[in-house]
Amino acid sequence: MSRSRVPAIVTVAVLAFFWIPVVLLIVNSFNTARFSGSWEGFTLDWYRRLFGAREIWLALRNTMIIAAAATLTSTILGTTAALALHRFHGSRVQRTHYLLVYTPLIIPEILMGMSLLLFFVAIGLQLGLFTIFLAHVTFCLSYVAMVVLGRLQDFDWSVIEAAQDLGASWRQTAAKVLLPMLAPGIASGALLAFTLSIDDFVISFFVAGPGSTTLPIRIYSMIKHGSPPLINALSTLLLVVTFTTVWLSQRLLEDRS
Amino acid sequence: MTGGKARREWAVTLPSFAWLVALFVIPSLIVLAIAFRPATPSGGIGAGWTLETLRSLGNPNYPAILWRTVWLAVATTAVCLALGVPTSYALARAPKRWRNLLLLLVIVPFWTSFLVRIFAWRTLLHPEGPLKRALVAVGLAAPDSQLLYNSGAILLVLVYTELPFAILPLYAAAEKFDFRLIEAARDLGASSWRAFRSVFLPGIGRGIVTATLVTLIPALGSYVVPDLVGGPSSEMIGNKIAQRTFTDRNLPHAAALSALLALAVLAPTLIALAANRRKESP
Repeated sequence: MSRSRVPAIVTVAVLAFFWIPVVLLIVNSFNTARFSGSWEGFTLDWYRRLFGAREIWLALRNTMIIAAAATLTSTILGTTAALALHRFHGSRVQRTHYLLVYTPLIIPEILMGMSLLLFFVAIGLQLGLFTIFLAHVTFCLSYVAMVVLGRLQDFDWSVIEAAQDLGASWRQTAAKVLLPMLAPGIASGALLAFTLSIDDFVISFFVAGPGSTTLPIRIYSMIKHGSPPLINALSTLLLVVTFTTVWLSQRLLEDRS
Repeated sequence: MTGGKARREWAVTLPSFAWLVALFVIPSLIVLAIAFRPATPSGGIGAGWTLETLRSLGNPNYPAILWRTVWLAVATTAVCLALGVPTSYALARAPKRWRNLLLLLVIVPFWTSFLVRIFAWRTLLHPEGPLKRALVAVGLAAPDSQLLYNSGAILLVLVYTELPFAILPLYAAAEKFDFRLIEAARDLGASSWRAFRSVFLPGIGRGIVTATLVTLIPALGSYVVPDLVGGPSSEMIGNKIAQRTFTDRNLPHAAALSALLALAVLAPTLIALAANRRKESP
């Protein structure tokens, strides 16, 4: 009885499809040719120019400020949301609460960007870093809540009961038992929030104002108005950074367990 | 004690609840309200109420754009499922030590920024780019043909950006599938295609529903992909929303289009929820 080869062939084709553009991008970041049509020799010039491009570093700084602030805020709000959803599961308030947390995950980004823009215009809030921060917290919150909620669902609640039987107050239980046990879940939620915030283009583009250009917005305008080799170099660097971060965090997790 | 419990419940509920009411519910209602407001020439929102904006959606341009948006999103979803189902099958059947590596190979290309991935395709499809040269060299494309700035390019890049999000839920379902059922079907004389269709596909039903939703919804609302690889004659509804917002500065118009998109997204979501509910209670 022979097994069909079709799934294996499709898988190989899909992997090639995924990797070819990425490999091409990395190769082209070392290519002398400006329009990447053919290989015209090795150069590090694009990287050198990248380090001299001040507007890119300014955009990176904005991105980092927003990502740090949005990660902190959305991690706190997302964690309390998950605790509420889990602890008071089934109550009428929580059913509405769940709908509120869940819906932002499924609506297209452009709708969220559009509605926040109209909201900020309607209340007369100046568009800038602060409005991008508000927008990022709004979508990151739901992702953090879902990750933490997932952790809570396979959580041993008898430990909490034991702490309370031994006379710990609700506050003490939360600080000394609940939070330390939840820490890995909260950390992965925060990491997800940080990644989403750094990579977000559509929502940021709608609620950005003058002087609040983030890195994705800068990359977008570079794509629209030229300087392709700089983008190749920048993306190669970003890929290296992401790869190292993920690899390091994996190593740390492995060492712990 | 019930008073204390209710107070504790609100203490942990209120922060996220209030945030989402203020920055998600109210903005969404504002979109609906602004669709009925007149636009001012200076790009603001006028006073009073009007049905003018809704009436202008009848403009013959819009049905065409809406139709193109729907068919591109449906086609993207169909291609993602057609490629994702066999891939998830192969991944789930691969030896354990290979599985994590293969999964990593699926995920790593998507660690690059979303914009950068689209940019890579712009380079590939560029008139001077490698793909065009290769196609011309083997005689598959005419030298003056255009690979970029049309609906085909949008479909290709949408599939590229959405496919991993389809593969992951499909793989999660396939990994839990009991492959002995397929052996059993084969022993009973089913062809491998028959076993795949009548045993494997129903077995990963929930994964298929999730994969459909996570590709269809972002595809319906996509804006960056048609903006960067599409042309003026292949606009999607997302482009129109952005154009009305940034170029024409007609916010009521953009709001009405957003409401239309929200309706287009709501329909498949409700159908999927109903389908999953029926699966839960057979």
